[in-house]
Amino acid sequence: MKENVLEIKNLHVQFPIHIGTVRAVEDVSLNLRKGEVMGLVGESGCGKSTLGFSILRLLRPPGKITAGEINYHGRNIGNMPQKELLDLRGRNISMIFQDPLTSLDPLYTIGDQFLETLRTHEKGIKKKIALERAADMLKNLGISPNRLSEYPHQMSGGMRQRIMIGIGLILNPDLLIADEPTTALDVIVEAQFLDLLNELREKFDLTIMFITHNLGVVAQASDRITVMYGGRMVETGTAEDVFADPKHPYTQGLLASVPNIKLEQPELQTMPGAPPDLVNPPPGCVFHPRCPHVMDICKQEVPKSFRANGHMSACWLYK
Amino acid sequence: MRPMDKLLEVKNVTKHYPVDKGALAKLFTKKPKVVHAMDDVSFFIRKGEVLGLAGESGCGKTTTGRLALRLQDPTAGDVLFKGQSIFALPPEKMRQLRSKMQIIFQDPFASLSPRMSIGKSVGHPLEIHSDLKNSAVRDRCLEIMEKVGLQPAEFFARKYPHQISGGQRQRVVIARALITRPEFVVADEPIAMADVSVRAMILKLMTQLKEEFDLTYLFITHDLATAKYICDRIAIMYLGQILEIGPLVEVFKNPVHPYTESLLAAVPVPDPKFRRQHPIPKGEIPNAIDPPSGCRFHPRCMYAEKRCALEAPGLQTVSGDHQVACPVRMRS
Repeated sequence: MKENVLEIKNLHVQFPIHIGTVRAVEDVSLNLRKGEVMGLVGESGCGKSTLGFSILRLLRPPGKITAGEINYHGRNIGNMPQKELLDLRGRNISMIFQDPLTSLDPLYTIGDQFLETLRTHEKGIKKKIALERAADMLKNLGISPNRLSEYPHQMSGGMRQRIMIGIGLILNPDLLIADEPTTALDVIVEAQFLDLLNELREKFDLTIMFITHNLGVVAQASDRITVMYGGRMVETGTAEDVFADPKHPYTQGLLASVPNIKLEQPELQTMPGAPPDLVNPPPGCVFHPRCPHVMDICKQEVPKSFRANGHMSACWLYK
Repeated sequence: MRPMDKLLEVKNVTKHYPVDKGALAKLFTKKPKVVHAMDDVSFFIRKGEVLGLAGESGCGKTTTGRLALRLQDPTAGDVLFKGQSIFALPPEKMRQLRSKMQIIFQDPFASLSPRMSIGKSVGHPLEIHSDLKNSAVRDRCLEIMEKVGLQPAEFFARKYPHQISGGQRQRVVIARALITRPEFVVADEPIAMADVSVRAMILKLMTQLKEEFDLTYLFITHDLATAKYICDRIAIMYLGQILEIGPLVEVFKNPVHPYTESLLAAVPVPDPKFRRQHPIPKGEIPNAIDPPSGCRFHPRCMYAEKRCALEAPGLQTVSGDHQVACPVRMRS
């Protein structure tokens, strides 16, 4: 088995606010093996982005990691000194976001934004060399190097998203956290972006955490999948296993409610109820109030992860 | 077909938005620039039918929805509701007609006043469009709220938008659109903001309400997978023009226009074993201020011939209701 690039152990993230404490991430443990794409899926508010931010220790206050470990090649990010952390970001781990327009500075050219990243991390680098590296990167992204002198507003949405990933990769990190990178894109541009990501992954030998709510995208882009609900991991396994034979009742419900373009697909199913309040989460399994298979134990004890047909499912049904 | 079967007919509608230029540019350029939001768009919707209008951002689908309700005036062309031109109606007549034509927007949070209780929001259209007494408005309000699944209605009527979930808010918006008993509803990306599990619920609700209230929908969406579950027919728009229109099953099974084909192929399929067969076109939608000559898709089209850059193709019938604006593919 390949080495782990990232190991998350029993991570808890909380946001103390005036009405109580939001338990955004509860007891999440997962690892990313070298070269794989891990899809992290779930609906709004399930904690998937919070998990992504906590890996780079970019949580906005009052959010904080209250327990657990995040190990990157064996180094614990959780207690890393600030200086070391700054060096890690960008050079070892990069993150790209949903909306490239808010991530790029409208007042600087694309070239300047590449320069800023390079100069921050490689002190004393010559401008000419830095711009050459940026131009090389643009070629990898299928964008003409002439466009380094342009501003973000002169580019289309798809191009801006490609620039974002280019800036993210300019320092050769080996781990990329992509937080809903295709959500703001139209389907054709989304398909182009997913193809590009696949190419870059080979070229740069990347390990990727792909955070998305779109189950179609996650199926196309990931090797393994982790499904989150109410701040907890409910299911994890290879993409093929999870899609072919979802075990957790939440995953089953979620997959049955996804529209599918194929005409022969059955009717959509609906899931009753709404996601839990993370300030006062239900006792036991967070999904139990909506679960069609709820049992007594579900209301009392948080389920551990059990092996079910080749993958892990946090559900008492598989004890 | 008898003309009365068409509930709504959009006839050769063109909508151009002027581009605001600086004073200097105004002095030195002769022809004012415009955004071609709609160019010579024609289609109809039969009573009781759901017509999907699909395309990427900026293709003009929302503008089409707004013109179908006379929320804006066209640059040219006409819209007929039950055979009557809505742009020719005097303001008072138009106001009366509005209770028969309603719209549901994408963002239920932005569509509801945060200062109005749910009950007040839902009842508001009736206060404008009817002379019913307060108690009667209240009864109708509770009745429609029950119908859209906001139960118990009395409980929800007292709530404010921030106190309910996103899915419930979209139900409120639907209730408000239906309280005047409209015949025609434009649904502009009604589920784009919702989570997956909520989407399925809203789609089911809309289908059920359509049967119950004998509604006709223009369903605007960028998501073809969603359209499949609700639309009878579908129109594909690109840069302000309809490139293909026809029964949904036929268009999905046998897409004729190269753009429709690409759009269908690009939809991510929730199945890890699935591999895309059809190549994805390069580039993105060109600028609508200066659209390409001839067929607007030709610069990105893998079947393009010389003449595609010269002649603008109109819609031609493939079979029955299925029409396509691509002479190259029609021939083969």
